[in-house]
Amino acid sequence: MDITNLTFLFYGYSAGWIIITLFVLMLVARGRRIDGELARLKALVEDRERS
Amino acid sequence: MREKATYVLGLLAALVMIFNLHTVFTQLPDEAMQGAVYRIIFIHVPAAINADIFFTCALVSAILFLATKNFLWDSVTVSCVEVGAMLTLLNLVTGSIWGRNQWGVWWAWDLRMTGQLMCFLLYMGYLLVRPAISEPTQRATMSSIISIFAYADIPLVLMAIRLPNVRTQHPGPVLETGTLAPEFRAPFAIGILAMFLISSALVLVRLHQESAQREIDSLRRELHAR
Repeated sequence: MDITNLTFLFYGYSAGWIIITLFVLMLVARGRRIDGELARLKALVEDRERS
Repeated sequence: MREKATYVLGLLAALVMIFNLHTVFTQLPDEAMQGAVYRIIFIHVPAAINADIFFTCALVSAILFLATKNFLWDSVTVSCVEVGAMLTLLNLVTGSIWGRNQWGVWWAWDLRMTGQLMCFLLYMGYLLVRPAISEPTQRATMSSIISIFAYADIPLVLMAIRLPNVRTQHPGPVLETGTLAPEFRAPFAIGILAMFLISSALVLVRLHQESAQREIDSLRRELHAR
């Protein structure tokens, strides 16, 4: 087996998985931010309704 | 319910992907001319096909938004465009790595590759324009129009290797011409399915986030109105 070919095969699959992983991490970070903001606003609305 | 569907899809995608990677790396022989590096096509081509599928969904939902003004369609459009853009980037990067090994260059400005790069940039434009417009209806309308406009590039990319008088560096179509070896066909199809399942799970996550974002917008309006 040609080692140069294997190296580029490794680069190709690594790049693919890195792109997918970064996208998933971006989604997780955005999801956390949105959930936090939603909880904060709901608490604020409840506070205003009580007062 | 949606959360459960996302987990099921994600799990299914992981299983199909692991099975396919196992087949590709341990069962398939090296290709006669390219050696081991040809295996990049099992991630490169499924990414391109799925990107086109999700951009087509984005086109349909953008038209539906303009026709109905239902914000659910705008959420579908942005979710599909984000996942499609990620898949297009994956396709471009893996193709470039394969090209460096096979052609000796990272990039060739031929019609197929330039068209695909344009496609990526057009949809990135869509994603960059969205946050710049604060009014929701205006934002959804404008981004739907951009999404329809960006889709015009897809037929060009698809036809680039099929036009009779266009010489491209990119390999010709292998599916419809039957030049793909029979033992490669099943892993190829399963690779497309695996990528579709992963992408669908990601689209569902984005849809959930978009509906939460709409709830945030309505709560903000409620608070401002008081």
